[in-house]
Amino acid sequence: MGNITQTIQAVPLNHYILFCAIIFAIGVTGVLIRRNAIVIFMSVELMLNAVNLLLAAFSVYKGDASGQVFVFFVMALAAAEVAVGLAIIVMIYRNTNSTDINVLNRLKW
Amino acid sequence: MSTFYVIAFLSIVFALLVIFAKNPVHSVLYLILTFFTFTIHYILLNAQFLAIVNFIVYMGAIMVLFLFVMMLLNLNKDTEPGKHYLAKIAGVVAGGCLLVTIIASVKALGASQPVILTNPDLGLVKNLGKVLFGEFLLPFEVSSVLLLSAMVGAVLLAKKEKATV
Repeated sequence: MGNITQTIQAVPLNHYILFCAIIFAIGVTGVLIRRNAIVIFMSVELMLNAVNLLLAAFSVYKGDASGQVFVFFVMALAAAEVAVGLAIIVMIYRNTNSTDINVLNRLKW
Repeated sequence: MSTFYVIAFLSIVFALLVIFAKNPVHSVLYLILTFFTFTIHYILLNAQFLAIVNFIVYMGAIMVLFLFVMMLLNLNKDTEPGKHYLAKIAGVVAGGCLLVTIIASVKALGASQPVILTNPDLGLVKNLGKVLFGEFLLPFEVSSVLLLSAMVGAVLLAKKEKATV
């Protein structure tokens, strides 16, 4: 197993950063262009995953396990966020019968 | 080495399909595929613990939650709110600007060393467990409080609605 992965990777760190930046930008674009609250949530998950992969890549690059522990914490955070967020979305849906974020303009002045 | 580029290309394609799919249910399915490619990335980095946790937590728990809520609210293409296409173009341009900025700032760093596994058992459960329960014991316990509060919050949100109706 170790031999296989060592021969597979020799990818420059820049390419990992570039790839994660692309995924992160796709997530940001998804938040900006979609109006369905659940799809916006999924875009946020994409951003979190991009950061996770970059943390893991840096952790392997530096030979330090702390980065992978932080990925674990980010995953715990994402799970908590999804649980609360989806509960809020379901509640909003019960009140307004839609998950369109343009309906949710009550915090506007 | 080329495996990384193939999988990275697949990830980008699936991530684009997530945000551009018209039907929200298709978005969820493409997101599952994206997370699967991320699991392969973790395996390529020999981060076996993260690969398994990503597989179980994201592809198992979180995706089931998304799909469940989507089916519960009966969201499909017909109920999908349409956004004015000018706003969509503005969103894509804004995202592209962010990407260009990040790429330019990374380019300024110059060429980098390849990612080589110096310690083969870095991402194994045994090694990570030692770090997690030694150095990071307090954050680990705090994260359990976070999960508990999330659970209480979700129950409270769902229950309050029931009492008023």
